[in-house]
Amino acid sequence: MSEKILVIGESRDGVLRNVTFEAIAAAKKINADAEVVGVICGSENLNDLAQEMIYYGADRIVTVKNEKLTSYTSEGYGQAVLAVIEDENPYGIIMGHTAVGKDLTPKIASKLEVGLISDAVDIHVDGGQTVFTRPIYSGKAFEKKVITDGLLFATIRPNNIPALDRDESRSGNVEEKSVEISDLRTVIKAVLRKASEGVDLSEAKVVVAGGRGVKSADGFKPLYELAEVLGGAVGASRGACDADYCDYSLQIGQTGKVVTPDLYIAVGISGAIQHLAGMSNSKVIVAINKDPEANIFNVADYGIVGDLFEVVPMLTEEIKKLKGN
Amino acid sequence: MNIYVLLKKTFDTEEKISVSNGRIEDDGAEFIINPYDEYAVEEAIKQRDEHGGEVTVVTVGDEDSEKQLRTALAMGADKAVLINTEDDLEDGDQYTTVKILEAFFEDKDVDLILAGNVAIDEASGQVGPRLAERLGFSYVTTITSLAIDGNTAKIDKDVEGDVEKVETTLPLLVTCQQGLNEPRYPSLPGIMKAKKKPLDELEIDDLDLDEDELEPKTKTIDIFLPPQKEAGRVLNGELEDQVKELVSLLRNEAKVL
Repeated sequence: MSEKILVIGESRDGVLRNVTFEAIAAAKKINADAEVVGVICGSENLNDLAQEMIYYGADRIVTVKNEKLTSYTSEGYGQAVLAVIEDENPYGIIMGHTAVGKDLTPKIASKLEVGLISDAVDIHVDGGQTVFTRPIYSGKAFEKKVITDGLLFATIRPNNIPALDRDESRSGNVEEKSVEISDLRTVIKAVLRKASEGVDLSEAKVVVAGGRGVKSADGFKPLYELAEVLGGAVGASRGACDADYCDYSLQIGQTGKVVTPDLYIAVGISGAIQHLAGMSNSKVIVAINKDPEANIFNVADYGIVGDLFEVVPMLTEEIKKLKGN
Repeated sequence: MNIYVLLKKTFDTEEKISVSNGRIEDDGAEFIINPYDEYAVEEAIKQRDEHGGEVTVVTVGDEDSEKQLRTALAMGADKAVLINTEDDLEDGDQYTTVKILEAFFEDKDVDLILAGNVAIDEASGQVGPRLAERLGFSYVTTITSLAIDGNTAKIDKDVEGDVEKVETTLPLLVTCQQGLNEPRYPSLPGIMKAKKKPLDELEIDDLDLDEDELEPKTKTIDIFLPPQKEAGRVLNGELEDQVKELVSLLRNEAKVL
């Protein structure tokens, strides 16, 4: 058995996503002695990204540089990654459970006729067996799952397995592999940016989310101010999106994004079960709502019953003071 | 156009989940069409109405899935197929489901397959892309718009909130995201008609497939509920003091600031 675990890197706007570093840590959890080989596909700056993966613990990087890999397509990346897998013959593959990870990994697993465990939030080794824990039924339950045959292949949910500390003294080889990519049937013609600039909602350490209680698009302004002082992202309940207070790209819940930040501040959100499905595994939950009976208080660690338009600006000020010191 | 929809029944989104003997308790639970598969059914009907052809809804599952297939027929699908694995397959996974579907589609002439982007129960999101790979189809996941013209498809794909404008060719598999459409409710005449529409039931023996090819690659060894959260602390006093207390708790007790 080879002692290599492949980590498929993912970048956005030329920067590696944090979940790539978490995937390196996940590979080390499977086997601290394995050689962690990073894979980076794209058309430019691959060496900088490779270096970054090494600083976060990868032992060696294979880059695949090709014009056809400028934007992600399952066809292009599929060919590139499969070529690297064939070369390296790893016994494990880890990637982030992101839009790209969800799209790419089933294709690879299907091609290789192997199992795949999606959306793991924990990995541990128990009696020689690698056990993956993952949420099911929208986080209302969890399952422990193992791969019974072949490759240990999994995607991990962002923000759950901590990355190793960045260490510039780490070093490793970066090799460029050339892969012939056939013509692509699927072409990305354009990308319309709708997700807000700045902190990525699914990877944010702090999320400030608004619901119907926020009352208008304007009502979200104080939430943005609070998110800014906390270095966090703004999210919303389905109710707020349906009412057109904000874009659906911010929606958190059963339909929408699933987030597990360190701190989740629910503002004017009643806490319907479909919303809880998207955030109930957050580490610390704060609820701000004027209705003391709101369901959100049942999952919150701390609650304030009051008018959000009073409470949120006060909270922003308090945190500013704290950060000022 | 020959349009197929992959459909799965799931627990109602409002259902509470309980676990006994390491399995999810499903006695008395309400089942629905997986919400994302509803978008797929709706889109299939719309595409058929625009381009002509036929919509067939396919489920790999148990006898009880007939109810959800009838609902899809009542919405306007033309035919349904239930591949009943209840007696033949003890534990399946995405690999085995796709093996079965691959065998089912082997002799079919297909232009378009639609599926939900994820099922809200096991939530792997693997079956669509895995099947496309086996069939050699292009696929696009999490779509929010689909326009087909001849052999090409113009698609809006949701990528964590951004929209990618994608062009690809048929045959094609897509997985559906919220925002694609508003699924219709079955009408009363629709429900009456659905009773007469064909619903074929197949078993694994009816497919060109050996049962020993259906060894799953993954196995669930335990299912458990998340630890019950202790009741949270609702703060008291003047609002201003509550806010100060909250900040202090977040900093000193929860250690997240």
